Amino acid sequence: MANAPRPMFDTETLVINMGPQHPSTHGVLRVVLRLDGERVVDCDVVIGYLHRGIEKLSENRDYTQIVLLTDRMDYVAAATNNLGYCETVEKLMGLEVPRRAKYIRTILAELQRIASHNVWLGTHAMDIGAVTVFLYNIRERELILDLFEEYCGARLTYNSMRVGGLPLDIPAGWDRKVREFCRIQEEKLVDYELLLTHNRIWLERTRNVGVISGPDAIAIGLSGPPLRGSGVARDVRKDEPYAAYDELEFDVPVGATGDTYDRYLVRLEEFRQSIRIIRQALDGLPEGPIVGKVPRLIKPPAGETYHAIESPKGELGYFIASDGKSTSPYRFRVRPPSFCNLQALRQLVRGHLVADVVALIGSIDVVLGEVDR
Amino acid sequence: MASGRLTKAAHGAAREGAARGDGAPPATEPGSGAEPRLNMIDIVIIPLLKIVIVFVAVLFGVAYLVLLERKVQAWVQVRLGPMRVGPHGVLQPIADALKLFVKEDITPARADKWVYTLAPMISLVPALIVFAVIPFGGTAHLFGKTVPLFVADVNVGLLYIVSVASIGVYGLILAGYASNSKYPLLSSLRASAQLISYEVAVTMTLVSLILMAGTLSMVGIVEAQRQAGLWYVFAQPLAFFIFLAGGLAETNRAPFDLPEAEQELVGGFHTEYSGMRFAFFFLAEYANMIVVSSVATTLFFGGWLAPFPNVHALAFLGLVPGWIWFLLKVFCFLYLFLWIRATLPRYRYDQLMRLGWKVLIPLAIANVIVTGAVKVLL
Repeated sequence: MANAPRPMFDTETLVINMGPQHPSTHGVLRVVLRLDGERVVDCDVVIGYLHRGIEKLSENRDYTQIVLLTDRMDYVAAATNNLGYCETVEKLMGLEVPRRAKYIRTILAELQRIASHNVWLGTHAMDIGAVTVFLYNIRERELILDLFEEYCGARLTYNSMRVGGLPLDIPAGWDRKVREFCRIQEEKLVDYELLLTHNRIWLERTRNVGVISGPDAIAIGLSGPPLRGSGVARDVRKDEPYAAYDELEFDVPVGATGDTYDRYLVRLEEFRQSIRIIRQALDGLPEGPIVGKVPRLIKPPAGETYHAIESPKGELGYFIASDGKSTSPYRFRVRPPSFCNLQALRQLVRGHLVADVVALIGSIDVVLGEVDR
Repeated sequence: MASGRLTKAAHGAAREGAARGDGAPPATEPGSGAEPRLNMIDIVIIPLLKIVIVFVAVLFGVAYLVLLERKVQAWVQVRLGPMRVGPHGVLQPIADALKLFVKEDITPARADKWVYTLAPMISLVPALIVFAVIPFGGTAHLFGKTVPLFVADVNVGLLYIVSVASIGVYGLILAGYASNSKYPLLSSLRASAQLISYEVAVTMTLVSLILMAGTLSMVGIVEAQRQAGLWYVFAQPLAFFIFLAGGLAETNRAPFDLPEAEQELVGGFHTEYSGMRFAFFFLAEYANMIVVSSVATTLFFGGWLAPFPNVHALAFLGLVPGWIWFLLKVFCFLYLFLWIRATLPRYRYDQLMRLGWKVLIPLAIANVIVTGAVKVLL
């Protein structure tokens, strides 16, 4: 192209920097867009602005302290991170967790999923221009934060689980409040749907935007709602049950076409399924201890293990290698769902318009704390 | 003097008493033209006073419209909105204005300085001078004088509004161009495409209104509605909806607020602007909202006319001064604008253009043809 004679009317692509300071990149994501008019020719995703070296840091902290670091990865779903980490260490050490602890962990994780999906729906809708939905979602998330505050005293970074069980039992009357919250959330879901699901503008903005087929999604390594939106019924909770999920009933919603609208519908249904799981777990909450037999000093035997759970964003996996001598992991590695899902962005936005880029970033639901760690 | 100049026969009778743009004395008032001293008052002072009042009222209205928007949005979104400055935040506009006055006025180093300075003015001035032809009411009796409640009744009023209002687009285009920055450039391209295409649809609806009223004068259109005993929204519902959609698009309001889609283009065309220059764009946008609401009120909702003129039981409604009716109707429109913004997501650029060119413009043209045919046949 450089050698070709310059035609009289020439067009050039416009390189535009979206982020790291941009209202809708959900943190400090930087997307370098190459535009032909408003159409995206290509994009580069630049990450690393929130890198804190959590993996390396973990190799110099003992196993109990790492729980605290995992809070800081996906900061809108801290309890899920705690759960994944604690279960990995338990797997490595072969610890048995009491049933009551498993149930409470499940309740916490599902509450966390609802909270995370609330943040996702709010920001996603706001990116597409429906600002009101954002504040409605934040209102409901606030109730969950209150529940967590009552449980463990923190509202964002909970540090709410321990290797072998839980630090605290649920406070008296907490289960009633959780049930009340489930009722409220179910009611409010109808409101969100009224505002969005059948809204013509919403449909036009999300249908057939960022379509990705099931095989493509698997090839890229998508997981969680973006994968299920493409019609692949993969859910770690079902396929490799952990915590108390094998004793609870729930459905795995899947989409049909794999567009932004399907991903939206899948997550909306997940709200309902999470509520269903919480109700069952509360009904069947067994009595008993909340901490298993855990040695005073957590020093796993030499070996390595990988364990994955279904975080609100997708498959959250932890790999821990222990040398058997130290109280810190020899190698600590996280498979963050946001990071893997973000890979799809480039493929998704090609050929779409600038306005779709923000819709697509929202529909992947990335949290930069988790992408960069 | 000029009162004899009125030539429009159709609805001119009611307007005979109305002063022209030069503030000529009403013909119905006997002997007002006899003394030159009185003429000075009629020709210079009263129009000047009216201009000042309209100007102040519009700026005041814009300031409080911003507050209203924040409040209404807050209420929709289970928030309180501004609460700190004065009781329930009623002094917030003053605080905002003060803040914008004392803010540093930044011109980007590589901006086109002249155009950059000029653009906000080009944007704001048309938005304000449109109010010259908007009839806020019929006539009022003040100090023994009959004063028409509009600055000027131009016989091409509607044409004047359309042409002046479209100058405002240049402000946005030039602002985006002069900023020498990418997001504003994209935004100004969006703005120009959007405003020009919706201008066509809106103007087409106006044509069907003109066919109905037989005049381009804003006062004449209201009088025509009085004589017909029918607000044109009932005769031309389609035109009204096209006008409403086009009006939303032309004022860059949600769901057509693409040029300033903050989630996509950061600040849009005013990304690089700060201080009072930014405030000018802001004022222009809200002034334009009032313009569109006023025009919609005048054309479709009978301007200053009281509702239900034929129902005797509701005759007391006619006792309320016309300008209050006018303001009420405008307020309802503004509220609708705010309500829509709080409810709907945003259209995408291509969808917006498709809606404009493939739906609204053909519909508007069809509406003109049907209106014309009906007019001819009746």
